[in-house]
Amino acid sequence: MFKKVLIANRGEIARRIIRTCKKLGIETVAVYSEADAESLHVKEATESYLIGKPPVAQSYLNMDAILEVAKQSGADAIHPGYGLLSENANFAKRVEEAGIVFIGPSSDVIRAMGSKIEARKTMEQAGVPIVQGVNNPISDVDEAVKIAENIGFPVMLKASAGGGGIGMQLVHTEEELRKAFEGNQKRAQSFFGDGTMFIEKYIDQPHHVEVQVLADKYGNVVPVFERECSIQRRNQKVVEEAPSPFISEETRQKMLDASVKAAKHIGYTNAGTIEFLVDSEQNFYFLEMNTRLQVEHPVTEEITGLDLVEQQLKISNGETLNVTRESLKRNGHAIEVRIYAEDPVRFFPSPGKITYLQLPEGDGIRHEIAVESGSEVTPFYDPMIGKLIVFGKTREEACVKLANTLRNYVIEGIKTNIPMLLGIVTHPQFIKGVTTTNFVEEYYLSK
Amino acid sequence: MTIIKADMAGTVWKVLVQEGDIVEAGQDVVILESMKMEIPIATEVGGTVKRVIVAEGDFINSEADLVEIE
Repeated sequence: MFKKVLIANRGEIARRIIRTCKKLGIETVAVYSEADAESLHVKEATESYLIGKPPVAQSYLNMDAILEVAKQSGADAIHPGYGLLSENANFAKRVEEAGIVFIGPSSDVIRAMGSKIEARKTMEQAGVPIVQGVNNPISDVDEAVKIAENIGFPVMLKASAGGGGIGMQLVHTEEELRKAFEGNQKRAQSFFGDGTMFIEKYIDQPHHVEVQVLADKYGNVVPVFERECSIQRRNQKVVEEAPSPFISEETRQKMLDASVKAAKHIGYTNAGTIEFLVDSEQNFYFLEMNTRLQVEHPVTEEITGLDLVEQQLKISNGETLNVTRESLKRNGHAIEVRIYAEDPVRFFPSPGKITYLQLPEGDGIRHEIAVESGSEVTPFYDPMIGKLIVFGKTREEACVKLANTLRNYVIEGIKTNIPMLLGIVTHPQFIKGVTTTNFVEEYYLSK
Repeated sequence: MTIIKADMAGTVWKVLVQEGDIVEAGQDVVILESMKMEIPIATEVGGTVKRVIVAEGDFINSEADLVEIE
């Protein structure tokens, strides 16, 4: 096994990775920006190195600085976490070239899945259903209109390099499309350095269901069930659960089959997630593949007993998977909510000092959190400060436990989205399992 | 004279007005960037921009002075 792993990330996920490394007797190297000098991940790692100023471009996205620390500290592997450099094929390639193990798939696979248009083509070849749409870049707005009319409005306008909902817009009419095209193209160009756009048919009231896969270097691919992540705001996930309360067992098995086929077709290795949209008739369509650990991975861990970070480390270390599709059992129901430092009404960021934090404890309650009493939440990074995960024998039990835990969650000094989360998870429609991607607009914001 | 202040800590992403500009109540004068979000800051009063106190790229704390309107 590796002796020393560098974690090229911050916040709760850096702490999460350090925890598994400690369990396996692996030393850890933290990197941090000037804004994170007092962070918990910095204190918990075996060694910590300052890599730059607070803005991510000068620290957590600075490949030279991170690779320099890796060499200096003698790390034999780098775990990228999620976000930041985790799906940057150039970074993965540079890590490989430096003779260090990148905990994730090969840079070629990351590159292939990084373009949504390329991913659509690849998945179609693999025999995985994709949403009706185009597999070629759209050059201008007139071409976009022609394509949209062919498919039939409404359509989704999307950026091929997009992520986190950026460069993506639902358009109902030609006029809307004409208005939206250039703006989204510009945003994609400025955020991702690539303004390539394409169009897909809009699926009404879909569920977002994703399949976790594990793949070793010897061609073994094991699907680790699904997660339902339909509760979103502005295309960002807010509540995630496993198993999905919506899909039938037959659909589940079909989706797991499709995911294995997809992972094998592209030569995937390590942990990855294949995202699908599922319509009201339980037809499912490939959306994209995330070639990294997901934010919401804990719900899968809770229902299977697996440690996904441990699986990642073992796969990268060249071990054969110690689970099979047949041996893997799921049990109970897990729900995760993302805790954001933001005003729950205006949705504005709420940086500041956490004067007091008291986390409710109990059976089936898990916290993944980056802060403690006295921590400063700075304005430089994503507003997610932590996650709460609950486990119950049934979904009903998990829903009740989640609501009670959120009521007892004490965080003072900053505003958080906890009131909104509580509003969602106690909503009769949520409790019934009616969770489509329109949920927040339809049931929460409209009330 | 009114000083427009920042709602929250962040970085000045864009300054939308110059000294001498005439602004209306409700018009955005500065866009802050905080926690990966763009936060427009509007003036509550109309008038003439007397002074722009911050520059693009400045890091500012909550309640910091941004623009003076007369």
